[in-house]
Amino acid sequence: MTTAPADRPRPGPAVFAPWDEPDAVPLIQFKNVTKRFGDFTAIDDLTLDIYTREFFALLGPSGCGKTTMMRMLAGFETPTEGKILLSGQDIAPIPPNQRAVNMMFQSYALFPHLSVWENIAFGLKREGKDKDTIRARVDEMLRLTRLEKFASRKPHQISGGQRQRVALARSLAKAPKLLLLDEPLGALDKKLREETQFELMDIQEKTGTTFVIVTHDQEEAMTVASRVAVMDEGKLIQVATPPVIYEQPNSVYVADFIGDVTIFEGTVRKDGEHYRLDWAEGQPPLRVRSPASLRDGQTAYVAIRPEKVEIHHNRPDDHNVLRGKVVDIGYLGNLSTYHVELPGGRMIRAQNFNTERDTRQPFTWEDEVWVNWTETCGVLLER
Amino acid sequence: MRRFALIAVPYLWLLALFLVPFLIVLKISLSDIALSIPPYAPTLDLSAGWEGVRSFFAGLDFENFVFLTQDDLYWKAYLSSVWIAAVSTVITLLVGYPIAYGMARAAPEWRPTLLMLVILPFWTSFLIRVYSWMGILANEGFLNMVLGWFGIPPLQILATNTAVYIGIVYTYLPFMILPIYATLERMDESLLEAAEDLGCSRLTAFWLVTFPLSRGGVIAGCFLVFIPAIGEFVIPSLLGGSDTLMIGKVLWEEFFSNRDWPVASAVAIVLLLILIVPIVLFQRNEQKQREAA
Ligand SMILES: Nc1ncnc2c1ncn2[C@@H]1O[C@H](COP(=O)(O)OP(=O)(O)O)[C@@H](O)[C@H]1O
Ligand SMILES: [Mg+2]
Repeated sequence: MTTAPADRPRPGPAVFAPWDEPDAVPLIQFKNVTKRFGDFTAIDDLTLDIYTREFFALLGPSGCGKTTMMRMLAGFETPTEGKILLSGQDIAPIPPNQRAVNMMFQSYALFPHLSVWENIAFGLKREGKDKDTIRARVDEMLRLTRLEKFASRKPHQISGGQRQRVALARSLAKAPKLLLLDEPLGALDKKLREETQFELMDIQEKTGTTFVIVTHDQEEAMTVASRVAVMDEGKLIQVATPPVIYEQPNSVYVADFIGDVTIFEGTVRKDGEHYRLDWAEGQPPLRVRSPASLRDGQTAYVAIRPEKVEIHHNRPDDHNVLRGKVVDIGYLGNLSTYHVELPGGRMIRAQNFNTERDTRQPFTWEDEVWVNWTETCGVLLER
Repeated sequence: MRRFALIAVPYLWLLALFLVPFLIVLKISLSDIALSIPPYAPTLDLSAGWEGVRSFFAGLDFENFVFLTQDDLYWKAYLSSVWIAAVSTVITLLVGYPIAYGMARAAPEWRPTLLMLVILPFWTSFLIRVYSWMGILANEGFLNMVLGWFGIPPLQILATNTAVYIGIVYTYLPFMILPIYATLERMDESLLEAAEDLGCSRLTAFWLVTFPLSRGGVIAGCFLVFIPAIGEFVIPSLLGGSDTLMIGKVLWEEFFSNRDWPVASAVAIVLLLILIVPIVLFQRNEQKQREAA
């Protein structure tokens, strides 16, 4: 597998990528937004554009400021510095009840004294719509979220997954320009969660609403999002499409946060078309192709994903060939992960797809093996 | 056996402190007034054997209850008590709700202090607090003195129903505040944000979310004020006037001034019957609250 050249948008009109169009107007613009609580900086000089019809994911560890960003969009917090524009208009003076933004709360925040139907109708009634319009819209939302049978139940009489769908229906009912979802699937078990992710994408497509979703689950972000923003301590580390985030992370932080990766640290040296990374005494340098321009002798990192590492019994004739010993095997059914110990104690993970119906593994514990990867598979990182 | 003993304790407690006194009062209410010690007849004479028991029961009748229906003082007193208790309950709610709301919205580190301030008056004697209200409300009292400074003519408050309302509201306010505070404090604040997010102003969010969710506390508080206020005796007799009619006062006079224990007991039994309805409703509300939680 080879990676596409960095930063070149793929051609074709069918691809949804307004962020690559120079004259596209963003729906939301964060302009140097800083948010402080006392002397604690939750959001640190953050600039970000989100486009109409995007399914935008905020991904980051707990406490990195994801909820704070959502709350600023919804109007429950105001930026300490900087501006947030919605359709080009500064939203700071607009109170939450007048924003064309709805939020699905992390805790769902369903009204316990109202039935499912009344919960969904709540926002519509506040708009002063007439009864028939409200009824039609609520019924439509119930159908969309497959909740028709539970319309008259109270929130405590339905399951967690159903509650989550009520919260979604309630926040969608007013047809907001922007829907904020704060860890919407956190409380669901894995299977239900995956189902719901696809449901969310389906609903997003049907309604054409712009979604901003918060999650700390990287798989979820990769599955649903048109673009992912990886955050850390109130800063954006990288904003890109899921494949770019995965294949071309801009930092060790992002590479490490998303998926499984082995990282080699060393000093870098330009060698014709490619770079060499000296990472250990007595080991061959790693060859990597990169569009980045690094100084000779600079500290750098090579990140390599396990599925790009091949494992062999005999030495292959290639670059990036390392000798090691299998110390651990993770058998997952569809694939196996081998933990290979390199001389000097370094570990590297290699993944093999189990394409044959053979219950015996081709490699076993203590096997002396060779691992290798092509020079385009590693990612050279400066930090 | 041990389990039985454990279960028996509350029942023995109820028996000793409620059922036995109740039966004694019931018995006296069915007796006749007598110039003796105790001041009623018949009394049970066990030394006379079976004959004594028979004559004892033959001496009981419903005369006193019939008497209560003949003199309109009694039903007027019952009605007036219910009215005064109801009005006081409404006023207590109007005063107590904002206080409870303010406490629940206060910063968490302040809440224990505020709670303490609400409970603090219980640390001094109830009687002393009522007497100090007499000092405040009297014609030459503190309130009129302050009004006098501003040239406002003195108000006649003591010895009127107004003073009774003030006394009841003051005394029972914590019973209103505490249950309401408990429900408000439990409430998830993100519900209010959700309401605002869906287009509510702060005020509509209060009426559509906060108030309905605190209903259990409001109902509990109202009963906790209403039930004891009906039978209130100290406040109307110390703060009220001669025209303040409350059943607790009538009962006291029947008992101590007229020394008519049988009629006083009949008054008490009827009062108990009147109170059973709100007490049962209160228990139901508590039950529902527990199930909802
Ligand atoms: N109202 C607040 N007062 C003080 N600190 C806050 C407040 N809200 C959030 N924070 C802090 O800001 C940081 C980011 O919080 P949050 O946005 O909730 O993180 P997350 O990414 O987990 O959603 C956390 O360290 C949190 O403690
Ligand atoms: Mg959060």
